[in-house]
Formats: sequence, C-alpha cells, structure tokens
Amino acid sequence: MPLTLTEADQAMLAGETGDAAAMAMRVVTRVADAMEAAELLSIEGAHIDSCLYLGQAGLDFARALAAGGAQVRVPATLNVSSLDLLHPDLFRGDATTAADSRELMALYEGMGCRPTWTCAPYQLEERPSFGQHVAWAESNAIVFANSVLGARTHRYGDFIDICSAITGRAPAAGLHLDANRRGEIVFRLVGVRDELLHHDALAPVLGSLVGHRAGARLPVIDGLPPETPEHRLKALGAAAASTGAVGMFHAVGITPEAPTLDAALGGRAAAMTVDITPADLRAARDGLSTTVDTSGALGAVSLGTPHYAVAEFGRLREALAGRVVSPDVEFFVNTGRDVLHEISLRGWQAELEQSGVQIVTDTCTYITPIMADVHTYAMTDSAKWAHYAPGNLGIDVVFGSVDDCADSAVAGRLVFRDEMWADR
Amino acid sequence: MTVAPNPVLPQRVVVAGEASGAVLALDEPLSFWGGLSAEDGRVIDEHHPQVGACVTGTVLVMRSGRGSSSASTVLAEMARLGTAPAAIVMIDADEILATGSIVADELYGRAVPIVLVPEADYPAITAATTATLTLDGALTLT
Repeated sequence: MPLTLTEADQAMLAGETGDAAAMAMRVVTRVADAMEAAELLSIEGAHIDSCLYLGQAGLDFARALAAGGAQVRVPATLNVSSLDLLHPDLFRGDATTAADSRELMALYEGMGCRPTWTCAPYQLEERPSFGQHVAWAESNAIVFANSVLGARTHRYGDFIDICSAITGRAPAAGLHLDANRRGEIVFRLVGVRDELLHHDALAPVLGSLVGHRAGARLPVIDGLPPETPEHRLKALGAAAASTGAVGMFHAVGITPEAPTLDAALGGRAAAMTVDITPADLRAARDGLSTTVDTSGALGAVSLGTPHYAVAEFGRLREALAGRVVSPDVEFFVNTGRDVLHEISLRGWQAELEQSGVQIVTDTCTYITPIMADVHTYAMTDSAKWAHYAPGNLGIDVVFGSVDDCADSAVAGRLVFRDEMWADR
Repeated sequence: MTVAPNPVLPQRVVVAGEASGAVLALDEPLSFWGGLSAEDGRVIDEHHPQVGACVTGTVLVMRSGRGSSSASTVLAEMARLGTAPAAIVMIDADEILATGSIVADELYGRAVPIVLVPEADYPAITAATTATLTLDGALTLT
C-alpha cells in the first residue's frame, strides 16, 4: 500500500514550513516507505541519539538541518555525547574530535532539544506515559519505553529521531502498531535459585541470552519475580537490545502489556518456547567475558551502562560498605545529571568519591577516551558494556555482579562468587 | 530437493539500487556501531564469529539487524568514506540501517541498497560466491 500523506505533511514536504522541515519530512517519508507504512502518525516526544559524534556524516547532517532553520515541534531529550561537560578533564582524546563533538552538541541544542545528555531518559522526571507515541533512538531507551512504560516507539536509529522531532511525525508502522507488539518467542526460567532471581546480576545476563536467541522476534520472559524493579528491567532490555534486534519485550506479570502469558502473546500460540536453566545462564554470563586469564591485577571497573539509577547507586554503596578501592584500579560510574543531583543531595556522591569512585556524566566510558590504558582486564556489571567495550576500546572485559565488582576493586584482583549461579 | 531460483526475487526492496560484489554471509547479525570500524570496514566486535572480516564492497548478508541506534550514522559515514558494503541482504527488516542508507543518499548521493529476501532462498544466497543486485531488487547469484 502506498504511503498516504495529510495536507499538512505534504505542505511540509513541499517546503512551506522551511527547508529543514522539508528535508526532515523527506527522510521520514522515505523511512515510512521502506517500512511499508500506510500513513504517518503524530508523536508527543523524541529522544535524540544523533548528538553522539561518530564522524563527519553526523555533523554534515546536523549542519544541513541547522542551516535550514530546524526547530523541534515536540519535546526532545538528548542522548549521551562524547564529552563530559561537568568533568571535561576526563577526556583524553584529540582536540579536533572534541571540537567536532562540541559543535554537534551545540547544533542539537540550537534546534531546541533539551541538553539532558543521558542514555536513560526514562530516569528523568518527565517520561512518556502508557500508549503515547514517541520517536526514541538509543537501543536501551527504546526497549524501556515500549516494554516498561508502555509508550510506543519503533526501533529508531540516528537521523530519523531528529527528523521526527522536527516534523512531529513518524511512520505508522512497526512497534507503533498493536499487531507488532505481540510476543513471539517465550523464554521460561527453570530451576534458577531464589538468590539469583532477586539479584541485580540476573537481568543483564538473561537479557544478553534472550537477545541472542530472539534476534528480531519479540521475546516474552516468564518466571521473573513480580516485584522485579525498574532498574533490572532496564538492564535486561539494554542487554537484549545489544545482542539482538530487540525493541520491546514482555515480562509476564510485570510489564504493562503482559498481565498474563496469553496477553503477552496477544492470544496467539508462541512460535517457540525456550527453557532457560542455570547452565544456560552460566554460559551466557561467561560469554560476556572476553578473557579467562584473570591472574593479573584488575585494571579498571566501569558501571552504569545504561546510566546508573539512584537504586543502583544504593546497591553500590552497600557493596562497597565504605571501603576504599585499590589505588591501582580506576573505578568509574556513568550516570545522568539528574541522578547525580539526587545522590549528591543524599550525601552518597561524597561518600563514593571517598571510596575512590569517579562519577562520569553526559557520556559513557565505552564511547570516548576516559579510561587509562588497561593492559590486563576491566570489570563491569553491565552486559551492554561487556558487549561493546572490547571492540570499542580494545580491552579485555570480565562480567561480574556489582558485589563482585566492588570486592574486586578493593582487592585489586578478581573476586567472584559463583554460588548463586549454581543449579537449585 | 528444491532448486533455488536464480535470480532470487526480493520479499521487499527497502532501499533500491544497483550493486555487485563478493557475498559475505555473516553467521550472526552485526551491530554496525560497536561492531564495525567505519575507517576500514572491518568487524571489530570481539564477540562476533567473523571479527576481522572486511565488509567493504561486499554484498553483506545477515538474517536481521542487531544492536545500536548509532548504526545509522556508522552506515552513512561508511558510505561517505567509501568503506560501506555494496549492498545489504537480509530476511528481517532493520530500519536503523535503512535510515543510514537513506541519509547517505540525501547527503552524498550514495545510498547502500538494502533488500529483504524470503527465508527459503537464504541458504542459496549464503552459499553463493558473488551476487549482482538490480534496481527491481532481483539478486543474481554465481
């Protein structure tokens, strides 16, 4: 079916609301054609990933929009960039990249986007409500918006995010539509110990496994505790979106469109049901680490991918229990400015800094040179960081729970507790 | 035994274009951001079975997309630098890659053609040595 445009869409495409809006509408309609959408729909917000500098193409695109007078028509938040504007001394990269990154950030601010600089916009005070259509980019944020908030965004990439924000329109296709939000493949937790079911470390490992096996099929997870908190759903979604093409998941009895397994599947039978055992989880956990040689000293720890939530900082405080990390270990936590503000009010920031924790805002340690060279291995509690950091930074990574990361950082060498991963 | 058609007709033409190149069939999907170096077209994802392979100029075959939203920018940047695949052949649509290709066309007149093919024809495509894509999305295999 060909794409039908409203009169307002056509006027925008014809340049009646400016050159930038015409360019943005051209991109939106071309993507809509590629998705075989019948029409466009109106969105109420956007999250923009295009502000992360990755080369000249991103800058050329933003400059073209800005030169055409681009302004967003809906509230738009900005994703992480390459620079920590609150802690600029952390940047170890070259001056040209820094200048290009800064220009890109300024261009998007100039278009009216909010300088939130976070990959976890759902941790800001205002967030999309159930059923609202938005255009979000940033793979982990997309999954959270769809799965946990029940808002509706397709799995958008760079460029279309800002083009939708400028036009206020998005393709009526993909995860915007009921028919594409039904679960297709069921993952059932079997024989997992209670300690692991109620531990933060399960979610990233499970997500990694689910994304890998689901690919582009919409996964349903059955067997998580009903009280599973948001930060675990975040970690699960972020991991699944790294290893798969996952833009949404259902967790039975937890996420809003999955009160029951039947509801999650939209009344259809599952195409496939996969049992997840402790052995599967151990294999997925070990697959997140790139090295088996952990005899050397630990080089660094990085937490907060996606940006740490207040609850996760709370867990880190418990895990460190006032201890100071080894002087040979760099210990980073990535977070957003809002969360940093909250933990500083609680006195946690000062406490963590006394323990030797360096907080990073606006960016993330795996997309920009902040860490010193790690010659042995780095540790993380994030499946997403474990997935991407080896390629991006050229380092070996070992995955562990936040408790393992804290204990290892204090000891200066790997400390890993295996008990909760055992068979029941 | 069924004989695969040659040329393979597309399920959907996502981004139209003509291309020809050696077939590089990926054993697993690849996130272009965090998975590819835009500078030289090499797979940098340490978890990927084909880490080190070069996608530049190939007809890149993978079942579906994976991972990052930033893949749009990486594909556009690769098109700008001349390190992009000649074409991308998939079973499941990936709008993140489609957007990168469309914007590479807008900015530089260098779209990377993308077609979706039927599941049944996938084995024949992955087994081919070279593939030639025409504007109508037909894929001739040798």
